[in-house]
Amino acid sequence: MEQRAGNTKKSDSPFTWHMAGNYFFVLPALLMFLIFNFYPYIQVFFLSVFKWNGISLSKTFVGLANYKDIISDNVSWWISMKNAAYVTGLALTVQNGVALMLAWMVDRDIRGGQIYRSIFFLPPILSGIVVGLIWNWIYQGDYGLLNGLLDKFGYGHLKEAWLANPKTALTALSVVHMWKGFGWGFIILLAGLQGIPRELYEAARVDGASEVRIFWKITVPLMIPVFILVSVLTVLGTMQMYDLVITTTRGGPGLHTEVPMKRILDEITPGSRVGYASAMGVVFGAVLLVVSMIQIQLSKWFKAE
Amino acid sequence: MEAEILYPVRKWFTVERISLRLWRVVKSTIKHTILISVAISCIFPLVWMFSSALKTNATVFTDMSLIPSDPQFINFAEAWTKGKFGVYFFNSVLYTLVCVFGVLFIASLAAFAFARFQFPGKNALYYLFLITLMIPVPGAIVALYVLLIHLGLIDTRLGYMLPQINGGLALGLFILRPFFERIPKDLEDAARIDGCGRWGIYWHVAIPLAKPALAVVALFTSLAVWNEFMLAQLVLQSQSLMPLQLGLVKFWGGTLTEYPLLMAGMAISVIPIVIAYIFLQKHIIAGVTAGALKG
Repeated sequence: MEQRAGNTKKSDSPFTWHMAGNYFFVLPALLMFLIFNFYPYIQVFFLSVFKWNGISLSKTFVGLANYKDIISDNVSWWISMKNAAYVTGLALTVQNGVALMLAWMVDRDIRGGQIYRSIFFLPPILSGIVVGLIWNWIYQGDYGLLNGLLDKFGYGHLKEAWLANPKTALTALSVVHMWKGFGWGFIILLAGLQGIPRELYEAARVDGASEVRIFWKITVPLMIPVFILVSVLTVLGTMQMYDLVITTTRGGPGLHTEVPMKRILDEITPGSRVGYASAMGVVFGAVLLVVSMIQIQLSKWFKAE
Repeated sequence: MEAEILYPVRKWFTVERISLRLWRVVKSTIKHTILISVAISCIFPLVWMFSSALKTNATVFTDMSLIPSDPQFINFAEAWTKGKFGVYFFNSVLYTLVCVFGVLFIASLAAFAFARFQFPGKNALYYLFLITLMIPVPGAIVALYVLLIHLGLIDTRLGYMLPQINGGLALGLFILRPFFERIPKDLEDAARIDGCGRWGIYWHVAIPLAKPALAVVALFTSLAVWNEFMLAQLVLQSQSLMPLQLGLVKFWGGTLTEYPLLMAGMAISVIPIVIAYIFLQKHIIAGVTAGALKG
């Protein structure tokens, strides 16, 4: 400890003479950050109180009208939020549940664990576009793989235009999203499980604790921070889904698979309602920020316990 | 194994042990059955894509075989030229290379300064950078788009790459700073005695030592840039500038009839990633878990 303190002091001295030069190292990063992060973050609030098409020189100040429009615009915006929340709910429970189950199995039964680990993380490295296009075809009504298999195994009556039917579209999309994403949860949860000292398990077993009891009394409490981390990542990743929607349903049928990111980008790509899109971005960013703050706060709370 | 040894020995242990062993076999069979079926579900769609890329327009919907009897390797050549996937591929490679080197250079410079130097405002700046990892992006994408219009960077390579370089900086700093901090002070002193200045220490001591960390940053930046789609759609309009992801969507939207070519194009976009993944998967997985759990 003492030695460390001595070291830091030593490292301070030689460079303090020409400290200004130190800034040159940070300057490129700082410039990039200011231009492409900081400025847009500030600017988006400014833009959100204007009515502006993104091109014309004149902006019309409209105050909070854009925000009011969002609140009353329950047709598209709130449906898109509801859809995103539905997929997120499924991802949090089903996707992470499966990921935990698989991680638990691979952690315990290590034979071939390395291979499973590599294979499960394959979908996450693929782009949303490629995954969407592949699944688009698997789900395809007439020639799709899924319907083909149903036919082959004698369940032809269950055949469905999975992505075109309002009843199945959002869930079908969720399945693709979860297929692509569970590898993330799996890898992180597995690392968490492997970080738990084996001695704890052994001691519990010597004491005659059942596997179920060990799971609830040792694994779960120690894994809470990891659970929360995975949940934050799941929420942020799922709520902002976009690429998959573009290549599968484009928000349809109707608005059944519309998502917030697509709503925002739809408003700006033709250069139409930049102010409105900014306001949606602000609202959406705020929602995400609050949700992840709550989750992080929960993790701190559990850690303090 | 240890569990078996430590398991309490009972009076009727022979029966117990046999049933225990039997139960273990059943349990591991169930586990492997589940794991293998999930694994197949992960690989199968990719295999299906590759096999479809080798079929003809006539057989692609009827021929359900995994290995087509008459593989049309010509599809790849046709996608490359006719579908312009050659152009897209070139663009993706270019964007990925430039962004990786941009991120490595800018992030390593800053991380080095944050790790080894003292200057006013150091911590405030560092946390300002890291906060960008926390704040969700959707709020700013609109303003970023407007900014790119004002800078005249819409439909330019620069306009596509600069925001992505910026996007990679936070992770780069996050991984590189602790790495630079761990470099022993003695090495720095030795280099200074040999006549190295700040830049010399950065270039001749820190960078060579940081190769493993730089590789992790390079990997994640490559993955992110190679798979990027949203910004490309927002910024790029000329077909000659499009990366593979956007090219795929344009191709899919334009000529839906040529499925094997689309599949070949997708394969072209996936092959480099899968090859890289096969060789580097251990590092990628280690990087994911280390980055996630330390953060």
